[in-house]
Amino acid sequence: MNWLLIALLAVPGLGTLALLAGRPSTQTPAPATAASQIEQPPSPALAEPPAPGTEPTPSPALAESPAPVTEPTPSPSLVAAPASGIEPTPSSARASDRSRAATRIGLVTSGLTLVLSIVLAAVFDYGSAGRMQLETNLAWIPGLDLRFHLGVDGISLPLVVLTALLTFLCFGYLAGQTTPRPRALAFALLVLEIGMIGTFLALDLLLFFVFFEVVLIPMYFVIAIWGGHDRRAAAIKFILYTLLGSAVLLLGLLVIYAQTGTLDMVQLAARHGAGIARTPQILAFLAIGLGLAVKTPMWPLHTWLPDAHTEAPTVGSVLLAGVLLKMGTYGFARIAIPVLPEGAAALAPWLGAFAVIGIIYGSLACLAQRDLKRMIAYSSVGHMGFVLLGFATLTPVGINAALFANIAHGLITGLLFFLAGAIKERYGTADMTALGGGMLARLPHLGSLLTFACIASLGLPGLAGFWGEMLALLGAYQPGAGQSRPLFLVFMVCGGIGTVLTAAYFLVMLSRVTHGRPDETLAVGVDVRPFELAAWVPLVALTLVFGLWPKGLLSLTAPAVHLILGVGP
Amino acid sequence: MITIAALIVLLPFLGAAGGLLLSRVGGGPISARAGVPTRAIWFAILPTAGSALLTVWLAVQAAKGDGTGAFWDSWFPAEASGQLTVVDTGAVPISVGLAVTGLSVLVGILVVVVALGVQVYSVGYLHGDSRYPSYSAFISLFTSAMLLVVYSGDLLVLYVGWEVMGLCSYLLIGHWWEEKANSRSAVKAFLVTRLGDVGFLFGIFTLGMAAKSFRISDILAAQLPTATVVTATLLLLAGVAGKSAQVPLHTWLPDAMAGPTPISALIHAATMVAAGIFIVARLYPLFLAAQPTRDVLAVSAALGMLGAALAALAQDDLKRVLAYSTISQLAYMAAALAAGSDEAAIFHLTTHGAFKALLFLCAGAVIHHVGSNLMSRMGGLRAAMPLTFVTMTIGFAALMGLPPASGFFSKDAVIAAVEHARLTDAAQLLLYASALVTVGVTGAYATRAWLRTFFGPTQVEALPEPEPGTAHVFDGREAPPSMLWPIGILAIPALALGWTSVVELDLGSAAIDLVIALLGAGVVYAFWRSAPTRDPARLLGPFYGPCARAFYLDTVYAMVFVRPVLWLAQGVVHTDATLVDGAVRGSGRATLGLSRFVRLAQNGNAQLYVTGLLAGVLLIAVGAVVLG
Repeated sequence: MNWLLIALLAVPGLGTLALLAGRPSTQTPAPATAASQIEQPPSPALAEPPAPGTEPTPSPALAESPAPVTEPTPSPSLVAAPASGIEPTPSSARASDRSRAATRIGLVTSGLTLVLSIVLAAVFDYGSAGRMQLETNLAWIPGLDLRFHLGVDGISLPLVVLTALLTFLCFGYLAGQTTPRPRALAFALLVLEIGMIGTFLALDLLLFFVFFEVVLIPMYFVIAIWGGHDRRAAAIKFILYTLLGSAVLLLGLLVIYAQTGTLDMVQLAARHGAGIARTPQILAFLAIGLGLAVKTPMWPLHTWLPDAHTEAPTVGSVLLAGVLLKMGTYGFARIAIPVLPEGAAALAPWLGAFAVIGIIYGSLACLAQRDLKRMIAYSSVGHMGFVLLGFATLTPVGINAALFANIAHGLITGLLFFLAGAIKERYGTADMTALGGGMLARLPHLGSLLTFACIASLGLPGLAGFWGEMLALLGAYQPGAGQSRPLFLVFMVCGGIGTVLTAAYFLVMLSRVTHGRPDETLAVGVDVRPFELAAWVPLVALTLVFGLWPKGLLSLTAPAVHLILGVGP
Repeated sequence: MITIAALIVLLPFLGAAGGLLLSRVGGGPISARAGVPTRAIWFAILPTAGSALLTVWLAVQAAKGDGTGAFWDSWFPAEASGQLTVVDTGAVPISVGLAVTGLSVLVGILVVVVALGVQVYSVGYLHGDSRYPSYSAFISLFTSAMLLVVYSGDLLVLYVGWEVMGLCSYLLIGHWWEEKANSRSAVKAFLVTRLGDVGFLFGIFTLGMAAKSFRISDILAAQLPTATVVTATLLLLAGVAGKSAQVPLHTWLPDAMAGPTPISALIHAATMVAAGIFIVARLYPLFLAAQPTRDVLAVSAALGMLGAALAALAQDDLKRVLAYSTISQLAYMAAALAAGSDEAAIFHLTTHGAFKALLFLCAGAVIHHVGSNLMSRMGGLRAAMPLTFVTMTIGFAALMGLPPASGFFSKDAVIAAVEHARLTDAAQLLLYASALVTVGVTGAYATRAWLRTFFGPTQVEALPEPEPGTAHVFDGREAPPSMLWPIGILAIPALALGWTSVVELDLGSAAIDLVIALLGAGVVYAFWRSAPTRDPARLLGPFYGPCARAFYLDTVYAMVFVRPVLWLAQGVVHTDATLVDGAVRGSGRATLGLSRFVRLAQNGNAQLYVTGLLAGVLLIAVGAVVLG
């Protein structure tokens, strides 16, 4: 067994224990009451009971937009309470102390995890990136033949590092701020990290499923506690949607188990579907695909995403877009396609069709959005459409494209959500009409970074977003054996139109928000702060690095992709 | 040699990075004369100058040996290529590499000369502009991207430079983003060219997958089926039309005049618009083999050259006159390419690059002086701005095709090529007729602009405040030296480049062109003479309106493309809220309703429960008996 992978999971776990153990018994004589006092929310929004009949309003963007204009109080968004706004009362001073202590534990733990993931990247044998490395295979529940089986290859390694990086950056971002219930937030984020890393490392179908599910609970709380106005409705929608998806996913996994009698993903992948008849393969692919498609999300199973993103706090949005969506697409690369090749071949045209509908639909939806965070959320639907299109081609280039676009989307959209959060915090709203424009004049650095992130996201060559989209289209130009070429050519053209629409909505948004004369009456606060810059610069740098040197990622994924498709390089 | 080419491409890129990141770090001195950070000026000019020097060296190296073929091959026969790495994509690999050919050396010289001129000129033009560092960095990035297009050995690497240019034009056209109109122009330029670029990318796919390589040399060497070549070249043409502002994707170019004038010179003379023509010439064997593509190109060029020339005749904004003239002149190059003469096209590209850059820089000096783009505010400037007058006269002469200016020779080469074109008869006839008529219209609009700018009564008024976006306060003086030097230097090739006489002069056709051009000029002169304060464009009569609005194409596009897309977007949002999410919420409601129904059974009545229990037992018993 290998200690490195175990450590990757154990370090955040120890962090959560430290947070639990770090209850303020040493600081205050009566921990329970003190904690409950301190943890009283500073904003009335938290104390407010859940709205009766938690039906999501038909258009939250419209409902929310007048609020910041009419209400003199700051936005109910809880992250929108910067350190400077806290009165120096004893309790809040203690609160900020405790906030710092909790965030520091999180920062150290996630930093250690990041270091471990970098060590992992360093000891990884790049010569055989297609092979499972550093495997750990322990008996877990022998009665059920469940094994604690972990490993890493060229597909999962970048995702593990991305997860560790984004979590660390989120803690870095939190370190510069004061949030309510900091310890609980740090706890939730660390549990989230365990789940995310575990999903990417798991090599046992049920273990994969367990980690897949572990993620949901902390994310539910992150949205439901630290979210915005309509957070409860959004959180409930998120959890119900994804749990339903997971149920279907579990069914699909059990079909595989029933047919083959093993849960070992490495073995199953090596068999390339041998031992499973065509019909069960199609059924299993359908079930697993549906379960993963909810998470990805694929049109028309995407409606939880805009609500969740709009309401989630910045760090929640970043992790949701940056990592959680990738768990869905990772499942396609790791389970659905290699284990069920015939099912994949039968359903690939449908997958491709839904993918390009998502691309066009998501882009069109973005064009008409008024809320910045909602727009970025819909842009994820479009971008994940490219990822799914890449998978649907069932070609090495298409799957490489999907894996590349995965990472690129994590970096770029993570950055975009960081920026959107910073904008919302400064302006008190993310409504584009209320923002007014002229950001490049008022907050030049923030405006420039937003411009950079948008340009990266619209797929400019030389930045990371391009290669995934371009290769996905290239894959569609010549789809895998047995696929209808004319159909995929239509998909390719639709995808091409999607890239133009993507450029259109990002540029129109930039024009509305960053250009023009600023409204001098709005108080917008300071430009980019050092801790924000520290959290964002790594993302900017990696976007540039992978954009200028795509080989860095492609050489990792290509051997693994050849292996999962069972074709020679 | 290949290392030198790599350095030529990389230096402006590093300059851009340095200029963006380091110009303001730690304060640093502000240049007293230019009013911008001194360090930014160094970051702007030194790398481009370095590239220019290296280009000279590269040209000297490439000139060794003997070569045959097109004139650039006999000038620069030595070729080289090299690759840094091969990127495995899972299908056809991308080879990250450069290739130096005669054509790329020639166009590379044009690019660095104009870029250097623009960088020097911008120091004066953007006097005191607080955003000079980013502005000059974007020019450097632009230069680097264009050089990457020129020297790239692989089509996908070329595409990277191709798109980065689009980005830089967006950033530079939108330099004065306080005005929403400028911002809209920038967005339009990016989107229109990107639409073409999608076709271009698919064209690259077609070629690359057919030839099993994206390397240009491999593609040119491969034996491709005609159908593939025609499809691929037609797709490539979409990108060419976008970048080189050809019908029907030309509408962004006149709007792009919202950018600072040096940008107009850079984009509309030497670099971005040249890229389309360059790539056709670079892949010319493919286009020669695809006659249907060349027919399409010929029709597009015929429509574009005449339409744009007529539009130029009716504009009041001096820069828009030049913009439409660029579309018209680029159509001449496209015509030469369609006719089968890449030599004439590249010859005209080179001379046009020189004289149009000159014209724009002169126009910038005039605008700087007057404080307005509009010719109705100008007039009688020849006394106040003698040097600008002389150089701009040279530029206009070249544009009209008057000897001895360079345009005379290159335009004659183009028209001679069109006359003997190997095209479908109808296309050839249309192209030739259009080319001749356009010569006359060109004479007319150039004369009109020249007369209305430099002759007649002075219309200049001192403006109280400089309008952001266009103006500087009228100071009644000639432009600063940093602006005059590039103008003076560019005047030399604009005047003399024709004497390289790389293509044989066809005297007969040259005489016809000259007569037609003078005819057009004469008519305008007659109208102007009769009333010097009035616009000679009144000779267009009822056609003035359509010409001034460029035949309402923008309105049509807005109706056919923009509005339906926005309408669709609204529809999608509505669908998402009601239909897709409605289904989700509906299922939620259905579940709640169902649970309410099921709850009826849970009413706390013990009798009911016991009854239910007994009924169940009974059912099981009956079932066991019946089925057992």
